[in-house]
Amino acid sequence: MSRWLRSFGAFWYDFIIGDDWRGAAVVVAALAATAVCVHVASVNAWWLLPAAVIAALGWSLRRATSGRA
Amino acid sequence: MNSLALFLTVFVACAVEAVEALTIVLAAGVTREWRSTLQGMAAALAVLAVAVAVIGPALTLVPLTGLRLVVGALLAVFGLQWLRKAILRASGYKDLHDEGAIYARQVAAARAASGGGRRGVRDWYAFTLSFKGVLLEGLEVVFIAITFGDNQQNLGLAAAGAAAAVLVVAAVGVAVRAPLSRVPENTMKFAVGIMLTSFGVFWGAEGAGVSWPGNDAALLAVIPATALVALGYVALLRRAAAAARATAAGVERSAA
Repeated sequence: MSRWLRSFGAFWYDFIIGDDWRGAAVVVAALAATAVCVHVASVNAWWLLPAAVIAALGWSLRRATSGRA
Repeated sequence: MNSLALFLTVFVACAVEAVEALTIVLAAGVTREWRSTLQGMAAALAVLAVAVAVIGPALTLVPLTGLRLVVGALLAVFGLQWLRKAILRASGYKDLHDEGAIYARQVAAARAASGGGRRGVRDWYAFTLSFKGVLLEGLEVVFIAITFGDNQQNLGLAAAGAAAAVLVVAAVGVAVRAPLSRVPENTMKFAVGIMLTSFGVFWGAEGAGVSWPGNDAALLAVIPATALVALGYVALLRRAAAAARATAAGVERSAA
């Protein structure tokens, strides 16, 4: 049963997150920061998530290609 | 997002997945046995239909803001993964997706595998190969159709887009009886990565409480901006790869 659960979890991890978990972590952190900006600081931070996604993509690509050409 | 855009986005995304599933089904059917292959495909489609019937209506019970936050986050993460792979392929850091080569690999593996039936299925290998291929690619179809359809409160149209894509690809596959290697799959995957990421960012931020400037019209800026950033990364990586190759060639020349 535990082996089945592990492979089930591994499948969904690979399906949604894939090779680089850092991109997912940045998206989740940026969404949390956006919610804090909007609901706590009353700042309409529509720009925060796009900026974070662009940065996360660049970071992930850099990690994937460093030392390769 | 109007109905045509919803239909087309789901159609293109699902067509890419259907092409991949077709390659696996063809490899199993041509090399092993069609009856067991089609049984595997039918079993996978039945599982997917149950998933849609259970998850689709359940999601409509979730409040729209919460749904957009969760689905937006999932789509942004999922889209980022697609876009990353598409950029690496377009810039030469990852091999291009080649249905012809994948088909050849699947055929070789299917020929090498031993035969034998089980549980009323004549060729268990063909059944499981077809079942797994259709289920895994189909899950992506279901994920895309449900997330887009629920967010736009139009699950029927999204399901129609997904079904149309699967039917078109299946019809072309039956007609040509070969993997659809002429479909510009890498370009389609690049476009789908842009769409998934853009909608994920848009809905995720909306779910977090943001009001986009121009409301839904902001998507007309978010999608081209995402495309420009992706193309910019491709250009940067290509330039970096060319510079690294030139440096390596220079080192080799000076060593010789």
